[in-house]
Amino acid sequence: MIPLSWYLIFAAALFCIGLFGVMARKNAVAILMGVELMLNAVNINLLAFWRYLYAPDFAGWTFVAIVLVAAAAETAVGLALIISVYRRRSTVVVDDLSLMKG
Amino acid sequence: MTIQQVFFLAVAAITLFAAVMVVSTRRIMHAALWLILALFGVAVSFALLETGFFAVVQVVVYIGAIAILIIFAVMLTRQVFLDVGPQLNRGWWIPAVLVAGLYAALVGVLSTWSGFQTQAAALPEAASDLSQFGLALVDVNAYAVPFEVASVLLLGALVGAIFVASDRKGVER
Amino acid sequence: MTFWNDPVNFIGQWLQSVLVSWGVAPDVAQIILLVLGAGILGVLGLVWVIFLIWYERKIIGRMQDRLGPNRVGPWGLFQPFADMFKIFTKEYITPDGADVVPYNLAPVLAVAGTLMIWGVIPFASTIFGADISVGVLFIIAAGAIGELGILFAGWGSNNKYALLGAFRSVAQLISYEIPMVITLLIPVMFSGSLSLQTIVQSQSLWYVLLAPVPALIFLITQIAEVGRAPFDLIEAESEIVAGFNIEYSGLKFGMFFVAEFLHAFTAALLFAVFFLGGWRGPFAEQFPLLGFVYLWIKTFAVYWFTVMIRGTVPRFRIDQMMDINWKMLTPLALVMVLVTAVVHALVRPIGSPVVSLVALLVANLVMLVITLQFIRNSARARRRPMVAPSTVVVARPEPQPTQSNPE
Repeated sequence: MIPLSWYLIFAAALFCIGLFGVMARKNAVAILMGVELMLNAVNINLLAFWRYLYAPDFAGWTFVAIVLVAAAAETAVGLALIISVYRRRSTVVVDDLSLMKG
Repeated sequence: MTIQQVFFLAVAAITLFAAVMVVSTRRIMHAALWLILALFGVAVSFALLETGFFAVVQVVVYIGAIAILIIFAVMLTRQVFLDVGPQLNRGWWIPAVLVAGLYAALVGVLSTWSGFQTQAAALPEAASDLSQFGLALVDVNAYAVPFEVASVLLLGALVGAIFVASDRKGVER
Repeated sequence: MTFWNDPVNFIGQWLQSVLVSWGVAPDVAQIILLVLGAGILGVLGLVWVIFLIWYERKIIGRMQDRLGPNRVGPWGLFQPFADMFKIFTKEYITPDGADVVPYNLAPVLAVAGTLMIWGVIPFASTIFGADISVGVLFIIAAGAIGELGILFAGWGSNNKYALLGAFRSVAQLISYEIPMVITLLIPVMFSGSLSLQTIVQSQSLWYVLLAPVPALIFLITQIAEVGRAPFDLIEAESEIVAGFNIEYSGLKFGMFFVAEFLHAFTAALLFAVFFLGGWRGPFAEQFPLLGFVYLWIKTFAVYWFTVMIRGTVPRFRIDQMMDINWKMLTPLALVMVLVTAVVHALVRPIGSPVVSLVALLVANLVMLVITLQFIRNSARARRRPMVAPSTVVVARPEPQPTQSNPE
């Protein structure tokens, strides 16, 4: 059978790859994709801990459901912002969006 | 190694490879397609954790909604479908080193934890009963408040996204 | 357990014993059988399409005062085979600059998105692929796979018309998915389960009697999901060349065609399962094959109805299509879920099926009358400017062309 450690290592790797995407990518949409990967890694962790340590209790499921809702909300608002920015500035490269820089 | 372990390793390898491609491929559209594969891999790993409900929800929410939304956004935010120039920041190796360090630290900390090698006990029958989960979500003594907060968050996101993305007259031009 | 009571398990156990006697490990034999079953179900579904094509062409022909296919074989029954061989022999053309993997994956995903649904449909009390506890969600997920296939086709073709067509298709599919999912909540609410087998088993009264308006909404959304007339503006043959599948040829194009026909039939199948009692009927419990026949009769009634709609109703414009969904079906579906839930909760303590039937029917009728009144009022408001354009507020003002100031 699969030990808990495998899931945790897998989720940590996925989280780190997503974090790298968030930090290293230029395109705002690609940064959002990195965030999605990180959220998925979190969900794997939550479900793995639920399965191995807290199985019959539904607290883990509730957490996962709320992470899913937050991910959906974050994507909707994030993409709306990106499209709105693109309309005004004709770019989605985050380096060029430095209007607020002092 | 049992069949299940081999299957898990294959799924994890595919998912991680797809995730690496998401953050490293030059064409942003291909990144979106790789993201779909990565999300599928996560859905399969949910199924391996015996939470079929979340495996299906993952496909519905992430692939049916979020991935398609991202593809729409990719296509709406460009005039030509060519990605010219580097897609990574100049100093991309700094986050690479940082992330590698973080990963090593995470695995190191986790491996000192006593419950790291826990084996799964057999799943009790009640844990796969969806109606119990539904009742727990609307039970005031259980998770009614987080459930309501989540619905308010969704409503706020809905209104906010429409407001931000709507093409109001007189703002531009 | 005999063959007539439980044919699938009977054959399955026989094959299992054969495989084990050949020296295969029991769990490996189980996996082989599962793969075999899935393959047989998929092949049967695809072969069934051949008959569907003939059936639909025949009905549409009769409706349009033609004979339909009548040259190849008795009653033209072999015409689809002739078409099939023609399509097999055509050349595969991959457009210049196509994104090869999505381009070739798209037809497969389009068919898979429909065929996946067949895996969870209960064909009879003992004949079903898998009775999973999240069957309804699984069906919605399968729809998402189909959408993905369309997007892949549009993107992979490296053709702006294909891409535009894919956008239009996916916009329509996503929009109509919302009222579909909302109306699916009503059978789930009545039966208290997401499993299709349980939903069928709990329909001692067909849900179409308990919830006629949601059933109608579901039927409309299903027709829109299939993308047939009157919702076929995404690939209207008489107006535009083609939609997302413009760059496909040969068997790859045929796969999209197969997916459309199969999806149309699957939509009828889903309506029969959710609202017409599935395989339920007299003696269906004792003789599962009879249940299969009942399901097929119900499905063909619904399918025939959708083909009739295809043959009679004129096509919508894209703005009308979106208006119908967002201004009528979605709000109505939301209200219907609320009304049905409240009425159902109020009458359930009485415990008499007749009372709940009457109460739910009255509630549906009231909602239907209110909806029709709304539609009538808005149609009247829209019509009025034609008579007196200057005095009345236009329901939807057209943007006036900006005129240069004469002064």
